[in-house]
Amino acid sequence: MNETSQIVKDTASRLFADRISPKLLLEAEAGIWPAEEWALIEEMGLPFAMVGEDDGGVGLDDVDAATLVRVAGAEAVPLPLAETMLANRFLAAAGLALASGPATVAPVCPEDRFSLERGSDGWRLSGTAHRIPWGRTAQTIVVLAEMGPQCFVVRLGNEQIRVEPAQNLAIEPRDSVIVEAVLPDEAVAPLPIGWGVDDLIAMGAALRTAAIAGAIGRVLEMTVGYANDRVQFGRAIGKFQAVQQSLAVMAGHAAAASGAADLAAEGLSQRAGSMAIGIGKARAGEAAGVVSTIAHQVHGAIGFTHEHSLHFLTKRLWSWRSEFGNESHWNRQFGEQMAKAGADGVWPLIAAL
Amino acid sequence: MQDFSFPAPPTAPDTAELRAEVRDFLATELADYPAAKRIRSWSGFDADFSRKLGQRGWIGMTWPKEYGGHERSAIERYVVLEELLAAGAPVAAHWIADRQSGPLLLKVGTEEQKRSILPRIAAGEYFFCIGMSEPDSGSDLAAVRTRAVPVEGGWQVNGTKLWTTYAHHAHAMILYCRTGSADDRHGGTSQFLVDLTLPGITIRPIADLSGARHFNEVVFEDVILPHSALIGPEGNGWAQVMSELAYERSGPERFLSTFVLLVELVRAISGQSSSDREVEALGRLGGHLVVLRRLSRSVAGMLQNGSNPALQAAVVKDLGAIVEQEIPEIVQQLLATEPDLRSSDSLSAVLGYAILNAPAFSLRGGTREILRGIIARGLGLR
Repeated sequence: MNETSQIVKDTASRLFADRISPKLLLEAEAGIWPAEEWALIEEMGLPFAMVGEDDGGVGLDDVDAATLVRVAGAEAVPLPLAETMLANRFLAAAGLALASGPATVAPVCPEDRFSLERGSDGWRLSGTAHRIPWGRTAQTIVVLAEMGPQCFVVRLGNEQIRVEPAQNLAIEPRDSVIVEAVLPDEAVAPLPIGWGVDDLIAMGAALRTAAIAGAIGRVLEMTVGYANDRVQFGRAIGKFQAVQQSLAVMAGHAAAASGAADLAAEGLSQRAGSMAIGIGKARAGEAAGVVSTIAHQVHGAIGFTHEHSLHFLTKRLWSWRSEFGNESHWNRQFGEQMAKAGADGVWPLIAAL
Repeated sequence: MQDFSFPAPPTAPDTAELRAEVRDFLATELADYPAAKRIRSWSGFDADFSRKLGQRGWIGMTWPKEYGGHERSAIERYVVLEELLAAGAPVAAHWIADRQSGPLLLKVGTEEQKRSILPRIAAGEYFFCIGMSEPDSGSDLAAVRTRAVPVEGGWQVNGTKLWTTYAHHAHAMILYCRTGSADDRHGGTSQFLVDLTLPGITIRPIADLSGARHFNEVVFEDVILPHSALIGPEGNGWAQVMSELAYERSGPERFLSTFVLLVELVRAISGQSSSDREVEALGRLGGHLVVLRRLSRSVAGMLQNGSNPALQAAVVKDLGAIVEQEIPEIVQQLLATEPDLRSSDSLSAVLGYAILNAPAFSLRGGTREILRGIIARGLGLR
C-alpha cells in the first residue's frame, strides 16, 4: 500500500467511524437514505476507487480498493460503496460514461441472466435480476449481458427499470430489477473478449469477502472487549477457560477470513482470478457463520437485543455470506476444478494459487 | 489485543524452476512408493532418502554456507517442504533436525556445536529427536523434572522423556531439563545437546494405538554430559524452547498430514460421475488448504525477517489440525469404502491409516487446548 492509498484508507476509516452511528444504522433500516454520508464519500472520490486515473478515477489498485470495502464492512456502512465502485469499473472498462450518484450492478445471482438483442430500433434488453443491492436507490444500473461469446455493458437509468423491493437480514435493499428496454448505442458497449457475467459476480464476491473480513475483525474486537468487561461469578467472563477457548476458535476463523479476503482481493486483478476469489468467498462465508455464533454466545442475552449494536454486523455477516455466490456455489466451482485436475493434478492446482 | 495480522507472503518469482526440480526428483525417487506408505507423510522414516535430499541441497537450505547450508530464502525452503509433503515423501529422519534442532543451534549454539553438527544435518546424515515431554509433563512443559546437575567435567542427567518420536533412529536429542531452582516455574531450565549413544541412556518403544512403533520413552540414568553440551546460556531454556515452537507449529506439515488421502479422494471422485455433494465437499477441503497455505507462507516470511510469529503459528497449527482431521471424517461420510490398513485397495488402506493417526494431529506439537490458550493470551484474555 503506497502513501496515497494509505491516506485514502485512513481518511475513509475516520469518516466511517465518525458518521456511521447506531442511530444512522437504525434510520437506514427504516429506509432513510444517508444522503450526507453518501455526499462525503463522493467528495473523497471513493465511488471511482476502481477506475484508473486516465479514465477519471482515483487510481487505487484493486487490493487497496478492496481494503476500503473492508474498512466499510467493519463499520456496517449502509451504502452501496462496493456496488458503485464495481459499476464504475465496468463502465470504464467498456468506455461508457461513469455514473454520478449511487449505482449498482446486475446480475448478482449466479443463475440470473439478461437477454440482449440488436434490433432495428436499437438494443433490446430484457430480463429480471434478483437480489440487486440498492436497486431502488441506484441512479445508474450497470447490467452485463452476453450475446454469444461477447459480453456487453449496458448503462441504465433508474427510470428504465422496474423494481420489486426486497431486503436482506440487515434490511439493506436487495431488490428484483425488471428490465424491458430499448436502448441507444451510447448506452451499450462491449467488454474485451474473454470477459463475462461470471467475472462481475466474482468481482462482487471479492468485495463481499473484503466486507465480511472487516465485519468479522470488528465483531472479534467487540466480543473480546465484552468478555473482558462483563463480570459474572466475581470475575470477567473472559477469565473462564471455556470462554477463552471459544474466543480462540473465533480468532482462528477471523485469521482465516482475513487471509481469504487478501486472496480474493489479489484475485481481482488476475486473469482467471475467479478461482482464488471463490475460495476466499467460501472460506470467509464459513468463518462468518462460526464467528457470528460465538459472538452471540459470548455476548449473552444482551447481544440478542435490538438495542445492542452487535446485530448490525452479525445480520450483515449472515446475509453477505449468501450474496454473490454462497459457499455451495463457490466450493462446487473449485471442487470441479480439482476433480478435473485429477489425482496427479490436484496439488499443482493448489500450489499455483 | 496483540497483532494477529498475517502479512502477504513473500513473493519469489523464481521458485518455478526449483519446484519443477523437486517434482522431477520425487517422480523418479518415489515412482514405486505406494499411497499406503505416502500417507505416513512426515512420519515416514527413510535414512537413505534423507541422505539423497541432503545431496541435493534440500536440508538446511537457509543456513549459512560455512555451516553446510545453502543460503536459500525461507520461501524456497517452503517450496521444497510442501512438495515433499504433498507427494508423501518419507522425510521423518531429518525433519526435526532441519525444522528446529538445526535452527536452534544456529541461533544460540556454540561455534563448536555449529561446526560439528550443522554440516552433518544438512548432509542428511545426522538425525534429531525432541526432548521436551515427560511422564508428568505433557502440555505443562514447565513441570519437567528431568534434571542436570553440575559435576566434575560437566553435567549429570537423571530423568525420563516421553513420546520421543524416532529416538530409536536418531543420533541426538535436544534435551530440555532443570539445571537450577527458581521461584518462576519457567526459570532454572536449560537445553543440552545429547549424543544418544552415551552410556546410561535407555530407549524403549511405545506402540501407538495401531501397534506402530515410532515414539519412545527415553530414560537418563546418571548420564554424564560434557560442559560443551550446554546450548545457550544456563537458565535460558524456557525462552529457547518457546522460540523453537514457532518453527515447530507453522510449517506445511501442520495442514498436509492427510493430503495423500485427499488425493485418493480426488482419484475416487474423478474416475466416475461424481455427485454435486462430493464435488462440493472436495472443493471446500481444497479451499481450506489454499487459505491455510497462504497463512503458513505468511508465517514463513515473518520468521525469515526475524519477527516472532508465535501467535500466528499457533493459529495455523490449530486450524491446520482441524482440516487434517476433517479429511478422513469427510471421506467416511462421502464414500462407502471401508477403512482397512492391510487392504490392497489404496483408498481403503490410506483411509485406515488416516483415521488411526488423526487423533495425534491435535496432540503433537502442542495440544489444541494449549494452542487456544496461547491465542486467548494474544487476545488479551489472560
